[in-house]
Amino acid sequence: MEGALHFNAYLRALLAARWCKPVLFVLCLLPLVQLVYGIVADTLGANPIEVFTRATGEWGLRLLLVTLLMTPLRRLTGLAQWIRLRRMLGLFAFFYVVVHFTSYLWLDQFFDWAEILADILKRPFITAGVVAFFMLLPLALTSSNAMMRRLGRNWKRLHRLAWLAPAVALLHFFWLVKADLLQPVLYTLLFVLLMLLRLPRRRSRPGAGRPA
Amino acid sequence: MLIKVRGSDAVRPSEITPESIYRERRRFMQAGLGLGLSVGGGLALTGLAAEEARAAYASHGRRPLAYTPRPDLAPDEELTDYKDVTSYNNFYEFGTDKYSPAKRAHTLRTEPWSVSVAGECEAGGRFALEDILRPHALEERIYRFRCVEGWSMVIPWVGIPLGAVLKRFRPTSKAKFVEFTTLYDPEQMPGQKRRVLDWPYVEGLRMDEAMHPLTILAVGLYGEVLPNQNGAPLRLVVPWKYGFKSIKSIVSIRFTEQQPLSSWERAIPSEYGFYSNVNPEVSHPRWSQRRERRIGQFFKIPTRKFNGYEEQVAHLYAGMDLKKYF
Repeated sequence: MEGALHFNAYLRALLAARWCKPVLFVLCLLPLVQLVYGIVADTLGANPIEVFTRATGEWGLRLLLVTLLMTPLRRLTGLAQWIRLRRMLGLFAFFYVVVHFTSYLWLDQFFDWAEILADILKRPFITAGVVAFFMLLPLALTSSNAMMRRLGRNWKRLHRLAWLAPAVALLHFFWLVKADLLQPVLYTLLFVLLMLLRLPRRRSRPGAGRPA
Repeated sequence: MLIKVRGSDAVRPSEITPESIYRERRRFMQAGLGLGLSVGGGLALTGLAAEEARAAYASHGRRPLAYTPRPDLAPDEELTDYKDVTSYNNFYEFGTDKYSPAKRAHTLRTEPWSVSVAGECEAGGRFALEDILRPHALEERIYRFRCVEGWSMVIPWVGIPLGAVLKRFRPTSKAKFVEFTTLYDPEQMPGQKRRVLDWPYVEGLRMDEAMHPLTILAVGLYGEVLPNQNGAPLRLVVPWKYGFKSIKSIVSIRFTEQQPLSSWERAIPSEYGFYSNVNPEVSHPRWSQRRERRIGQFFKIPTRKFNGYEEQVAHLYAGMDLKKYF
């Protein structure tokens, strides 16, 4: 108990630190830096474009899941400061999704719009990817404090899309895999766990209440 | 020993490969992409350093083969970098991503190796690989290789025409198809410990496809013995079909009257057919086959019907609806 309290105090200080968000910002950029370096230095193997496209998509998904982790973390630790990180994480998730989508439009299709449209209409996995993108777009556009105020109660409703978008992104992942479903299955388990962790709880058990 | 050692006067792989040319192209590509992503000159310089490191990678250290080049069959296209050919491919027996085979295939033991020949033939039996190869002269065949996933390469294989080998087993009139099987040994092929496919891997050809002069059994690439990850010691190469038809590490050849059920067809029959001829007009249910990424090039290129071998093989499928028999 003593140790846990100590840890919590430590966490609180960490989350409240002025450098917390800048450090997170840099951390979120690292995968992109690594990929761009990999392309330029030719360390991504025989098909660097494929690696780039897949990795940016996967980082988009990972960061979406990390964004969804903030509410459970607040619950688990009783620290409200986790929520301060949520917007940046969500925007970075969207950023990686945009890079991923651009990589498809540019490096895969070379902006051949007729082909892209046919792809979106005919290939379910592309359709799912595009749908997920258009679910995230309004969330990014309404992420500012001003929009939050303007939308009022509707902001929260709209931002429930953040629960749906990863599900559609996972479908996108499942449908593109040839035979080995291990990876999308693992991400789906994580997603389900994150959703379970945010289910409304019964009245808090005695002794497990918030420390603050 | 499996194979004769090349004489000193023979063509070296380095002579058939204008390495400097594709290096140059790669460098150009990287520079272009680097600029496209607005990266500074500092990183571009790092790219050049990596190229120099690659240039230092000189000999592959594998056993060279003695073979006759067949320039008459070679496409007028650049060869794919040896490093890419041997580090990026599908071989699910060593994992499902394309970088795994090169990392994990060292556990495969290719000597001794024998192949069982059975089914509708008069001279079947179990043969040491040496005995299968001995009567034939190795040829180099530079072929386009198109994966069903949408990437492609140009690979200088070394091998022998499959038809000449099959004839020696004297197939009977009942032999309408040939079925090939890959080794099954999860100890040597750790990817087989997971049932992503129904092991062992099986592929098949119609008899006329198998006897076609373009179809070869390969034992090498780039003038040297096949690296394990590329299907050592014996693999099929059918250049007008998607890559997965070109089964690797073959331990069994069987002549059959019925059409064999190949592994991918068994796994997902709606997506992978028995024929699997390269065809830009018939898309995979989940993606288009109109274009392909040639490994080492930046822009995608159009995919050609029968992978560019239409003139030689289209007659095999005369009158067949290729959308139905995909």
